Amino acid sequence: MSERVTSGRVPSERQRERERARRAHGRRSASIATVSTIVFLVLVLWAVASSPGWPRVRELFFSWDHFVAALPDVASGFLLNIQIFVVAEALVLVIGLLTALARGIRTPAFFPIRALATLYTDLFRGVPTILVIYLIGFGLPALRLQGIPTNLVTLGIIALTLSYGAYVAEVFRAGIDSIHPSQVAAARSLGLSHAKTMRYVVLPQATRRVVPPLLNDFVSLQKDSALVATIGPLEALRQAQIHVASTFNYTPYLAAALLFLLLTVPLARFTDHLAARARRRRGA
Amino acid sequence: MARPLMLLALAVALVGCAPVDEPASTASAAPSSATACTKEQLTLVNAGKLTIGTDKPAYEPWFKDDDPSNGQGFESAVAFAVAGELGFDRSEVQWATVKFDSAFAPGKKTFDFDVNQVSITEKRAQAVDFSKGYYTVKQAVVAIKDGKYAAARSLAELKDAKIGVQVGTTSFEAVKSVIKPSADPNVYNEQIDAVNALKNKQVDALVVDLPTAFYVTAAQIEDAKIVGQFSSTGGAPEEFGLVMEKGSPLKPCVDKAVDALRSKGELAKIEEQWLGSAVGAPELS
Repeated sequence: MSERVTSGRVPSERQRERERARRAHGRRSASIATVSTIVFLVLVLWAVASSPGWPRVRELFFSWDHFVAALPDVASGFLLNIQIFVVAEALVLVIGLLTALARGIRTPAFFPIRALATLYTDLFRGVPTILVIYLIGFGLPALRLQGIPTNLVTLGIIALTLSYGAYVAEVFRAGIDSIHPSQVAAARSLGLSHAKTMRYVVLPQATRRVVPPLLNDFVSLQKDSALVATIGPLEALRQAQIHVASTFNYTPYLAAALLFLLLTVPLARFTDHLAARARRRRGA
Repeated sequence: MARPLMLLALAVALVGCAPVDEPASTASAAPSSATACTKEQLTLVNAGKLTIGTDKPAYEPWFKDDDPSNGQGFESAVAFAVAGELGFDRSEVQWATVKFDSAFAPGKKTFDFDVNQVSITEKRAQAVDFSKGYYTVKQAVVAIKDGKYAAARSLAELKDAKIGVQVGTTSFEAVKSVIKPSADPNVYNEQIDAVNALKNKQVDALVVDLPTAFYVTAAQIEDAKIVGQFSSTGGAPEEFGLVMEKGSPLKPCVDKAVDALRSKGELAKIEEQWLGSAVGAPELS
């Protein structure tokens, strides 16, 4: 809707002058930032390296040999993490959106659904994720019911989906609430039903607004895929832990941390990028 | 321009507060003379007291009632016996709860030695000091009585079993090197989680050390049985050792105490008293 304003516009001479000044200022800021960062890092590294415990810390946390020895196992465990959170993220989107929509229904006859959705978000947002994983992972199979999955990875995905579905439902709800009531009023006055108003007017705008917080939750979910280790499967953290326990050297944890960072940092930068783009669109 | 200066100040402050609390005496200067093992000459975490670490919950048959300080259970008894050799009476021994993971963390320790069924391995010995072994341990397989693998007579028959182990145990390595199962074992945080997984039939069998196997079958899962024990895990026999900080000045003294307990037959007596049932499980080969 708002893209139209920016396309095909020729900036004035004054505007171009303003942009040049802004760029020059940006470059200066960047170079100052770089220099001060380098000075800061050098000082911190020097402080760490000259501390009395450093030789021992280096040996126990930064051992190249242990890193190399653990990496293949940790990386193969990490494939399981990726599997877990990719499936969970897709499911979370569905559950979150449906729950948010259910909470938005105002028709009295649908009160039970609304109440159920509220109960769900209250419960699963309030209980620590690791507890949900524990209860689902050990509790569900203990029921010994037909058709309940016994695969630990599946159970882990169910637990993560339940937990994060509740967070994401609230994110969606906030997005839906943030759409100005005039939009709904306008859509309804055009004769659109509640469902169609949601589908064609509210959700497209709401979704765009909640992309940064959604990605934020996904970064969080990616990290929390490591919690599934508590119920048994050999994911990255567990593989690292096994190496640590057999050598009493902590470097394998660092290998696992690195793999998670390789994944979450780009996603975090992408989130920043989206947020910045949204800000620019609003003309700030 | 004020900000870089502030940053600099911050960094300098960081540098200024970095080198702390390293009592120069602990890392170096281990008492080399064999006579330095009297109570007064030991370097202790808490002066006048011998502080012994172990994890919580503390399981039978190693401890009793999750209370290491009652002197009951194999490891509690061994710890008090070692303390006695070093000249401490019972009131001078205090216990600290130490998670397995932090028992080998570098830095200031909260214990003089840690007793937690830790197997001595060469790799681990690069990070901590072990006392001489106080117990020779074997690994055993536990399964549900009417399960598919309850009647297994050899390791080959266990190849397709889904196996559960506790993380950080040498059981995991034994599973990998001795059974070599076709599927990855499930690895649990706590012993009780592995036990529940067997109850829930999420795993077909557990691999634990033999005394624990007796406890599992006697007290934790009624319809479970010991399928058998591993004849060996290849190489040297696996032994439990007391864990101390790398370069601990206490090590020679603790070693002396363990040696003395062994030669006096004290260790055998404690083992007989608390792990007496741990014989007679069929050997799997």
